[in-house]
Amino acid sequence: MAQQTDSIPDSEQIAKKRGVPEGLWIKCPGCSSSIYRKEAERQSNICPKCRFHLYVSARDRLVQVLDEGTFEAWDANILPTDPLSFSDKKRYAERLLGEQDRTGLTDAAITGTGMIRARRVAIGVTDSAFIMGSMGSVVGERLARLIERATEQTLPLIIISASGGGARMHEGILSLMQMAKVSAALARYHKSGGLYISVLTNPTMGGVAASFASLGDLVFAEPKALIGFAGPRTIKATMKIELPEGFQTSEFLLEHGYIDRIVDRSRLKTEIAQAIDYCGKY
Amino acid sequence: MNNTPPGLEFEVPILDIESKLKSLLAQPLNSTVEESIRQLRRQWTETTRDIYSKLNPWQTVQVARHKDRPYTRDYLNLAFDEFIELHGDKFFGDDRAMLTGFAKLDRHKVMVVGHQKGRTYKERSACHFGCAHPEGYRKAMSKMRLAEKYGLPIICFIDTPGAFPGIGAEERGQSQVIAESMFLMSQLKTPIICIVIGEGGSGGALGIGVGDRIAMLQYAYYSVISPEGCAGILWKSHQFAPDAAQALRFTSKHLSHLGIVDDVIEEPLGGAHRDHQQMAARLKSYLLKTLGSLTNSSSEKLVERRYDKFRSMGVYLEQMEDGNQNLVGTPITADMV
Repeated sequence: MAQQTDSIPDSEQIAKKRGVPEGLWIKCPGCSSSIYRKEAERQSNICPKCRFHLYVSARDRLVQVLDEGTFEAWDANILPTDPLSFSDKKRYAERLLGEQDRTGLTDAAITGTGMIRARRVAIGVTDSAFIMGSMGSVVGERLARLIERATEQTLPLIIISASGGGARMHEGILSLMQMAKVSAALARYHKSGGLYISVLTNPTMGGVAASFASLGDLVFAEPKALIGFAGPRTIKATMKIELPEGFQTSEFLLEHGYIDRIVDRSRLKTEIAQAIDYCGKY
Repeated sequence: MNNTPPGLEFEVPILDIESKLKSLLAQPLNSTVEESIRQLRRQWTETTRDIYSKLNPWQTVQVARHKDRPYTRDYLNLAFDEFIELHGDKFFGDDRAMLTGFAKLDRHKVMVVGHQKGRTYKERSACHFGCAHPEGYRKAMSKMRLAEKYGLPIICFIDTPGAFPGIGAEERGQSQVIAESMFLMSQLKTPIICIVIGEGGSGGALGIGVGDRIAMLQYAYYSVISPEGCAGILWKSHQFAPDAAQALRFTSKHLSHLGIVDDVIEEPLGGAHRDHQQMAARLKSYLLKTLGSLTNSSSEKLVERRYDKFRSMGVYLEQMEDGNQNLVGTPITADMV
């Protein structure tokens, strides 16, 4: 599932790819123009020139979507370990410490509850800065618990995905099984009548796309996000063909019927609240 | 012993003995020849046992991918009494990489869903080498719903390098169908047995892999990503596939320790590719035993236990209020590394 990313770029490339603001000025991956970092930040990390949606951390995302001061984290005490004693060029145990240090997160998902325009919701957000936002045991467990609580407390469920890495290789088969675990929890939630809104952001690939991200009653996507199963490079290498322009973007998925709406980041909170109202789940 | 060159590199000593045996068997028999045959057979057993008891994970992958390894269609022929193929996803097409239909196994009527790789080049290319498209998963889902409706247990044979990576596959919702299939299988009110018979390639495998019993043949592998894919990303070169195979802990021994597979079905000496009949017989006896035990449970109980089974998968730490950390799940131990 993780083959989507094909090769791991070095940290500088990652920063560039994700549009992580490094200095005072940043280059927009959408239009290549230099934009003033503070200006982009003021606009929820959207390029003021071409409206390309830049990287947003999970924490900032919660601030953008939830009513101020309403977020309460759940299961922050679930922490990652190195179940396979996995080692590539670096030991996974070390990699985890490094990622935790760099991002201030304990793993790639934050879950909890909060209010969206005064409607209580259960919410989960993945952060593409933490090992490509990939899902291992902790992301799977936090999401499964989130969904189970949403079921018990009859809360609308919002999951905002930013996961280029899919299922996390470093935890092997355990990561793969999180796809089944979270999907099974969603099936129960669905049976209980819950409303699940899945929001796809750049990037949502592999095992994350092929599990909870695709199972929303409503699926929203931010504009121009990369969303798909197999990575474009894998497809290119396997098929030995050029990929059509705009392949695996939000617009491509909308065209092929897999998402309900493309929602600009500035409208996300409003549109989630609207959908909750239409479905009578406030 | 249906090996044709080129065989696997680590099997060369075995293949040598096999070819000597073959030429001896072609000779007119006399006591000297017979004695040599007996000796060679003993040597074959010893050599094969020796090599196969020390297979490393990368060699296991080679066995799982062996061109003579039995596929879903072979098991249908050898282990089942009848197979009535059902085609089509009633939506787009009939994916040959996913074989589905009614089957009879002694007194049991079942639905079989399995990846099919194809034996000849023509078959392989029609089956996309066992890589299913979205229509394959839609086909599987439609047959599984049918099975649930009429109370047939479902048997899934997993054998795929992965779900197909291509433009059409993306256009027709590869992610969507794999997600839907797991979602569906987790709630189906009929027994489901999943067996990884060769390659358990990531989401493409798991798309028909949610069941009440998960079994695996001894030299099959089941992984989040192919060793080549993993090596390409983490080692930046496919050449490190053997290292990735080692790191991913995806052999039957590891997976059974991790609690992912319930049962490991032993292969004949020298791997399933050496003796289809015997492998099929072992698979059949496993299926009969397991079907017998699953068909006794109510469907509500089955679905509940299936949920708990997948719900408990994962290894993590839980920080307690007193500051202690509880380890949840069973990590790989030092002696298994």
